[in-house]
Amino acid sequence: MEPQPEPNVVTDRHTEAPARPQAGLAPPRQELSPTGTHVFDANGISIYYSAFRAVTDVSFSIHENEITAFIGPSGCGKTTVLRSLNRMNDLIAGARVEGDVRYRDAPLYGPGVSPIAVRRRIGMVFQKPNPFPKSIYDNIAYGPRINGIRNKGKLDEIVERSLQQGALWDEVKNRLKASAMGLSGGQAQRLCIARTLAVEPDVVLMDEPCSALDPIATSAIEDLMHEIKSRYTIVIVTHNMQQATRVSDRTAFFSVLRNEESDTRTGVLVEYGPTQQIFEDPHDSRTQAYVTGRVG
Amino acid sequence: MAASTSPQPSVDLREPSSWRKTKNQITTVLMVLALLIIMVPLVFVLVTVISKGIGIISAQFLTASIPPDVLPGNIGGMGPAVVGTLEITALATVMAVPLGLLGAIYLNEYGRGGKNLLARVIGFMADVMTGVPSIVMGLFIFAIWTLHFGFSGLGGAFALACLMLPLVIRSSQEMLSLVPDALREGSYALGASRARVTVTVVLPTAIGGIVSGALLAVARAAGETAPLLFTILTVTTTNKNVFSGPTTALPAQIFANATSPYNGAQARAWGAALTLIVIAFVLLVGARIITARFTRVGR
Repeated sequence: MEPQPEPNVVTDRHTEAPARPQAGLAPPRQELSPTGTHVFDANGISIYYSAFRAVTDVSFSIHENEITAFIGPSGCGKTTVLRSLNRMNDLIAGARVEGDVRYRDAPLYGPGVSPIAVRRRIGMVFQKPNPFPKSIYDNIAYGPRINGIRNKGKLDEIVERSLQQGALWDEVKNRLKASAMGLSGGQAQRLCIARTLAVEPDVVLMDEPCSALDPIATSAIEDLMHEIKSRYTIVIVTHNMQQATRVSDRTAFFSVLRNEESDTRTGVLVEYGPTQQIFEDPHDSRTQAYVTGRVG
Repeated sequence: MAASTSPQPSVDLREPSSWRKTKNQITTVLMVLALLIIMVPLVFVLVTVISKGIGIISAQFLTASIPPDVLPGNIGGMGPAVVGTLEITALATVMAVPLGLLGAIYLNEYGRGGKNLLARVIGFMADVMTGVPSIVMGLFIFAIWTLHFGFSGLGGAFALACLMLPLVIRSSQEMLSLVPDALREGSYALGASRARVTVTVVLPTAIGGIVSGALLAVARAAGETAPLLFTILTVTTTNKNVFSGPTTALPAQIFANATSPYNGAQARAWGAALTLIVIAFVLLVGARIITARFTRVGR
């Protein structure tokens, strides 16, 4: 693979025409969203932590009802980009986003936009399971209660439905009043996913949701993602490339760009396209090196 | 026998130097010694107060009035002081704990990152207040309150509240800062506002530690003498109205009676001292139980 002259911004121009067919490859195992409705459009965003530029000039579009994976080595800014999509970075003092991020054509960082309203539509699951020190029931009912649902019957219904969507109902249905802190790591993560689904978000952002879990729990969560993707748009950050190939429709590969002169590093989006193309026919030599395991 | 037939081990797993063992022994002896020295004053104080006070303290002692000193040998009771201490401490708690908790919430949840000037000033003032001698608190309230409105339990409560405030702020803030950020983020990610995150996630998680910290501050305030000297006048009659008129309290009575030449008064002081220790003990045990209960639910 020869190096590409202009490496930085690669948008998903391969969307409509899937990866070139190659002899001996399995047929495409996924149909990319034909309508191509964009949930997010990021255009030239740079994200700063005070003076440090963590991510530089990133552009991409996230498609409705697809699973998009962000992969890349540590420090490449993929989590930072993910957190900019529901304004979680607002919680970090000094964090600031430049450029244009649109969520269903509404500018996420426009004047008057409330991060609270944003996060009610765009939920997030974190790397470490973070159940509240409350009962299993209260964990799930937390979000609906924030939204003003007080009716016991309605809450019961939401709790059951969410736990079923989270593939946890059968394991906990007899101990809903027990503390969520007694759940195993995999169960706690599924609880957190169910808690996110309970507010019926439009998008679920997942920040390495399986990195603290064993393969069995990971597989349960991946099955769950496949099951819910018809109703939600999912963006997942993962260090596990097999996971990206297993679950995602599209993959964005981020990398670290070193500036030798100023000795600074910043995250860039190297390549973005259908997952199969990224892993089997990467256009950029850095993507190639990363997905084949030669680097990172 | 088995050892003689087994092959010679190729590694030596014994302690590499005997000096390490010696150091270990010396340090262990020093620590045990320090522990024993610490125990001396603690045990001595407790044993003395209990042995001298146990024969005096009784239900009647806790409710009877304080006899005048012209009746030597008459022990009487500490009723007015028990009433005063309970009233003044409760009033001070009502003033200091909510205020201190709100201050701690502001410091920890709203003034984070060291950029908030107001938070930095409040934190600094709380630290300074912790170091102010309690008698200065008493003088301060005497100057701004007692001189204008006269002696009262309210003035004493003001002084005790000033003393408790920095303790409550610092202990509550400590507990709030122990709440993992992951929980806050989990709540924010569901669309909660900062106020809701604080009320529904941060406070319930930290409440055990906050309550026990507050109870320790209450125990500390209940035993303070100096802030009361200029503010309640220390009379010997019961004043049920905490908001006006001179009143009395256990620490102040201990001070007054222990310095009296009469046997009855001195016995009364020992009884009052034991009463105070029991009150502090009850508060401490309560703090422990509350902490344990909340930690169990949280795990």
